[in-house]
Amino acid sequence: MQSETKSRVDQLTSPAGHPVTVLRFEGDIASTSKDAVLGAYQALPKGAVKLILLDFSKVDYINSSGIALVIQLLIEAANSGQKVYAYGLSPHFTKVFTMVGITKYAGLFPSQAEALAAL
Amino acid sequence: MSEIKTATVEVRLPSRMGFEKVAMSTAASVAKLMGFRDDRIEDLKTAVAEACINAIEHGNRLNEKLSVGVVLSAGVDSLEVKVIDDGKGMKTQPAKPDIDRKMHGEEDPRGMGMFLIQALVDEVEWVAGSDGKSSYVRLVIRLDKDAG
Repeated sequence: MQSETKSRVDQLTSPAGHPVTVLRFEGDIASTSKDAVLGAYQALPKGAVKLILLDFSKVDYINSSGIALVIQLLIEAANSGQKVYAYGLSPHFTKVFTMVGITKYAGLFPSQAEALAAL
Repeated sequence: MSEIKTATVEVRLPSRMGFEKVAMSTAASVAKLMGFRDDRIEDLKTAVAEACINAIEHGNRLNEKLSVGVVLSAGVDSLEVKVIDDGKGMKTQPAKPDIDRKMHGEEDPRGMGMFLIQALVDEVEWVAGSDGKSSYVRLVIRLDKDAG
């Protein structure tokens, strides 16, 4: 019933010249998304990646189990000295991420261009 | 723009993760017919999904022989949703999630469903079944006639 979560990784450079690793998600983010969310993050080379941008622009449904996976990713990133940002959330999920406090640990941006411009 | 004055819609879901989306889309369809704004429909969808996930996972313990009942009662100016399972119901409500405690490993990253339900609808109550089962959560979301 849940649409499978897909993820892929892109390497970009911000206008300020910083390398940014973009984790792009597609589908639902729920309890079945552990490999696509945490697995994709854990496969990144820890030492080389400092800035991570999460792309939610192709995600329609995120439930509390999916939010918990995002929080686990934030915990691991914080422990590795990485900074995490996100963009592409719908207005509703922007509200939900704000309500649960994720915005304290991951800056949210409306678009990839606005996120990159700030990094 | 109320197409329906009062109406009841019932759905029965298997206790399998993912089927909460059936209740979610049914609730969204009823709310749209009643004239709810899009942002309130999004609030309702998340609240109903989380209530069904709790019923599937904690109430019915993922036992696929048990089903989750979802009863949507559309009134003139509000929509009530009851999500019924075969669990014993909630004895105590979990504390409000604390992102700082979660980030520092002092609190489970999960456990936000009930908080989201409470935050997104106008009224919520958890009722334990008197026979030790048939517990339910009752949500109410009201039409805001002044907005939108």
